[in-house]
Amino acid sequence: MSSELRYTANTQLEHLHARYTGTGHADLTKYEWLTHQHRDTLSSIVGHPTLTSYLAIADGESIGRVKFEMTERMLRPCGPPPNLKD
Amino acid sequence: MHLYNLTLQPPTAITQAVVGNFSGVRQQEIIASHGTRLELLRPDPQTGKVATIISTDVFGSIRSLAAFRLTGGTKDYAIVGSDSGRIIILDYDPKTSSFVKLHQETYGKSGARRIVPGQYLAVDPKGRSVMISSMEKAKLVYILNRDAAANLTISSPLEAHKNGAIIHHIVGLDVGFENPTFAALELDLGLNHVVRKWSEPTDPRANLLLQVPGGQLASSDRFDGPSGVLVCCEDHIIYRHMDAPQHRVPIPRRKHPLDQRDRGVLIVSAVMHKMKGAFFFLVQNEDGDLFKVTIEHEDEDVKSLKIKYFDTVPVASSLCILKSGFLFVASEFSNHYFYQFQKLGDDDDEPEFSSTSYRSFGMADPTASLPHEYFRPRPLENLALADELESLDPILDSKVMNILPNSDTPQIFAACGRGSRSSLRTLRHGLEVEESVSSDLPGIPNAVWTTKKKSDDAYDSYIILSFVNGTLVLSIGETIEEVQDTGFLSSARTLAVQQIGDDALLQVHPEGIRHVLANGHVTEWKAPAGKSIVNATTNKRQVVVALSSAELVYFELDLEGQLNEYQDRKAMGSTVLALSIAEVPEGRQRTPFLAVGCEDQTVRVISLDPESTLETISLQALTAPPSSICIAEMLDASINKNQPTLFVNIGLQNGVLLRTVLDPINGQLTDTRTRFLGTRPVKLIRVQIQRNPAILALSSRSWLNYSYQNLMHFTPLIFESFDFAWSFSAELSPEGLIGITGSTLRIFQIPKLGTQLKQDSIPLSYTPRKFITQTWTREMGPVTYFYLIEGDHRVLGEDAAEKKLAELRQQGKKIDQEVLDLPVEVFGRPKAPAGTWGSAIRVIDPVKAETVAYIPLDCNEAAFSLAVVPFSVRGGELHLVVGTAADTTVSPRSCSSGFLRTYKFTDDGAGLELLHKTETDDVPLSLLAFQGRLVAGVGKALRIYDIGKKKLLRKVENKSICSHLLRPFVTLSTQGSRIVIGEMQESVSFAAYKAPENRLLVFADDSQPRWVSAMAMVDYNTVAIGDRFRKLDDDPTGAGILHEKGILMGAPHKTKMLAHFHVAMVAGGREILMYTGLHGTVGILVPFVSKEDVDFISTLEQHMRTEQSSFGRIFARLPGTKQSAIAGELDRTVGEVLKKLEQLRVTTSGF
Repeated sequence: MSSELRYTANTQLEHLHARYTGTGHADLTKYEWLTHQHRDTLSSIVGHPTLTSYLAIADGESIGRVKFEMTERMLRPCGPPPNLKD
Repeated sequence: MHLYNLTLQPPTAITQAVVGNFSGVRQQEIIASHGTRLELLRPDPQTGKVATIISTDVFGSIRSLAAFRLTGGTKDYAIVGSDSGRIIILDYDPKTSSFVKLHQETYGKSGARRIVPGQYLAVDPKGRSVMISSMEKAKLVYILNRDAAANLTISSPLEAHKNGAIIHHIVGLDVGFENPTFAALELDLGLNHVVRKWSEPTDPRANLLLQVPGGQLASSDRFDGPSGVLVCCEDHIIYRHMDAPQHRVPIPRRKHPLDQRDRGVLIVSAVMHKMKGAFFFLVQNEDGDLFKVTIEHEDEDVKSLKIKYFDTVPVASSLCILKSGFLFVASEFSNHYFYQFQKLGDDDDEPEFSSTSYRSFGMADPTASLPHEYFRPRPLENLALADELESLDPILDSKVMNILPNSDTPQIFAACGRGSRSSLRTLRHGLEVEESVSSDLPGIPNAVWTTKKKSDDAYDSYIILSFVNGTLVLSIGETIEEVQDTGFLSSARTLAVQQIGDDALLQVHPEGIRHVLANGHVTEWKAPAGKSIVNATTNKRQVVVALSSAELVYFELDLEGQLNEYQDRKAMGSTVLALSIAEVPEGRQRTPFLAVGCEDQTVRVISLDPESTLETISLQALTAPPSSICIAEMLDASINKNQPTLFVNIGLQNGVLLRTVLDPINGQLTDTRTRFLGTRPVKLIRVQIQRNPAILALSSRSWLNYSYQNLMHFTPLIFESFDFAWSFSAELSPEGLIGITGSTLRIFQIPKLGTQLKQDSIPLSYTPRKFITQTWTREMGPVTYFYLIEGDHRVLGEDAAEKKLAELRQQGKKIDQEVLDLPVEVFGRPKAPAGTWGSAIRVIDPVKAETVAYIPLDCNEAAFSLAVVPFSVRGGELHLVVGTAADTTVSPRSCSSGFLRTYKFTDDGAGLELLHKTETDDVPLSLLAFQGRLVAGVGKALRIYDIGKKKLLRKVENKSICSHLLRPFVTLSTQGSRIVIGEMQESVSFAAYKAPENRLLVFADDSQPRWVSAMAMVDYNTVAIGDRFRKLDDDPTGAGILHEKGILMGAPHKTKMLAHFHVAMVAGGREILMYTGLHGTVGILVPFVSKEDVDFISTLEQHMRTEQSSFGRIFARLPGTKQSAIAGELDRTVGEVLKKLEQLRVTTSGF
């Protein structure tokens, strides 16, 4: 691969990363990875009506509240970032 | 293994509903999304009943739905946001009665993903643009417009993405004809891009946005409203608009003694309604209380925001207000309701809370909450119930059994519902029959007819009953009474009755035909001497009778209203058993075909055409002598989309029905389908159902063959079997039927056409969790009882609630008894903190449909599992073991202590007596009887218990089944010592019990993780499991060798629902697998019996997928050209394909 090609491939990759939130890269930390996993799961739960119903029945809450709490949890599903912890 | 999936009952949960004029007429309709299905509902403003117009499978998951109308248009379109990565605009076409896809724009990957839009939709109130948004970051805006030919156009998408933003809700702002604005984002049409206009922090616990009307009318300079949005937050509602002061009001709380004060009030659904010159909002909290929110404004300045209690209805996933004064409540669980507004709550003494009563309109300190305000819940005052739509959602457990008396087909028992609105429902295949009159007759009639006097009468005038040796005529008026002077012969039995010509009546009796003219004059045709009439068929203009000498005599009405006999008689050569002619087609003189069934096991089609009168056209051989024939013209879109098809239905004496299609040109009989109806000879009667021809087929069960939504249905009636029946139309019952069973005359209606399953329900107190059945032998015969456990999280148990109330009373607090006494089915129970449970064990007699014993659990215990165990050390005496846990929290799963409650059966199984409680260290989530002992899945351990005097004794334990075995569902093998364990996350494992070593060994497991929600053993080596992600798998494992890995062989079948439950059910001798889905789906899986069938169906599926990505009954709805193209590819005719599909359905399910 010529240096020029590598350069364009990199910028394309960066561009794709910016475009597709949630895709991983070489320097991904454990915290970031987990956060993405959780957010994907949470948005999938909100996006599938059967899953929200399932959780609402298990927890004794209304579907509206399950959706709201799941969406709220997407903000920081794994707590504050590690560097903020100390 | 290949399975054919057949949905018996599509999902009934409504995830979203929108209202609009979708068919373009003045009347408003509702489009409801059932997750995977779209349904168009049309409420009748006169009767207040809701009818389903169409229901279409979308073969995807609908995430959002919105209706919009182009400026100046009269017709609404629907926009669908789904998991397909596309935005879809649908138009309802009333002509073809289908949804037409107008636009389908692809913007992203498929799947309900985090950054692919589709989760939220917002439309500009003037229909100029639409915003579609994902959960995170992505928002796309499409501009909607018309082209020169007034067709709807859609632009390419404009991006309004914002990195690092999670989206709760979006809404289109009502800005009149200013540039379309969405929530806080503006789209500038001129610049063709989206500009973020302002963004400001609001309450951190905001969850919902509501559009506030705005803009000016062109005709006046008055403002419709102040524009802006209502932001619904926990405990508050805030009015916000750019550059305008905010207004905040608290959401009132229930004045309930057990109200949990630190729990926030959340608005879960809301609707805005605009009337002439006014508007209001209805918002609903989690308890189902509706509040009316109004805004007082002067032009664009908001003076105050007000809120007051309106009424209490079930918690909704969507609220729709119709202009005709109705409120549609699509419940999040259980039945949906349709209410009529009685008043708008304007002039009652309900306290109203206004933003003006607080400092700076309630925004003095936005971070601090406003003081709590209270209201007293009360029964409905502003709304009145108009209609109810049955919904099974959610089904939590189900069983298939045949225990109802006088039933030859099994019933499905489903534990449905949530909280105080739960029920146990019995589902029976068939149409519900509503009886309005039932009266005893002096003798046993053999037939009944009704007739009008004149052809243009609205209702029937006479009921004619034929007895063995006489005829009775009753006149229908305010009362039904016998009349003598009708011109009918009363001294002989009657063979046929017909209102003939414009105003004459006709009676056929064994001796002759009586033609009663309007003036009372009677002309009579007498049967030739020595011969009698044995059979007759009539319509408005034609009469055919069969004589005992096996001759046919044909009469036709001439233009003067005289009945003329055709000069020749036709000799049939064999006794005529059945005759039928169709109704005279619209605008014609006669129907050209007569079907004659003879004793020699043939049916002949005979011409009645003047050119070839009484010539035999075609002949069909039968397997048994015919008992009845009925020709009817009915619409079946699978055969002919535009015109009704002429069907010849032939009922045989052995209870089989043949249905053939009569070619209208050459009179040939083609496309024969058979169906077994019952054990008695079939009687066929042409009736009118909702102004369409239908056929009643009477055997040991009564069936109705009718056309509904352009497709033919054949469904049994759930009622006693009839000896004879006829249409009945009177003022009180315009669409009724009349029938005789023995000596009883019954007048009845069929209210719910199109339904396949009739529901009867028994109310429950809490959400049902599981139930098991046990049949007891008694002297009178076997009796079956259901043992059901129910429980609700975040609800106080009955004892805890009493204790708390006593405490409050002791503290001298006044308890509002009236509020406490409100029915819990409507108002629910007050919410309690996490970790509190209300739970009970219930014994139900399913035949009498009543609860025979009810045992509420105390001390915050909740039941999770149960099993009937024949303990072998007690000589096989049956015991009920219920697994419970106290102070359980759901996430993370924990409890203070688990228990195994052992009950003895009393009163022959109708009662329970607690023997002892065995403490366990974790929640016992699954129990099972196993070789005279009990297997329990307690947390991560699998144990075997035996019964002792004071408690159950632990015999074996295996903790190493899986490192994170969270939730074993255990089921027993059909034979031997095999146990199948379903785990919460880790799919299934097969374990064997080795008696000599007293060990439980796992010898096979699944290679893939699956979140098991239900499973059933199909045979010794195969298990079917349903997981949370809508998949159903068959998993035949390897042979039982220690530690051998299971081999996954079965093809996964994607089905439409979550949480399945499977029961093997035998229908017509074939074993099938039945499943129920959480959202109310009931379906079956049928194994194919031959390789040929598999090839046929899979090739058909492949073709259907390229055509419409759909399957099954949908083939019948495809346009004719496509049907024949696909059939051609398969080397078959369209009829053959349809017949094959129908046969698969009928032979396996009877549906």
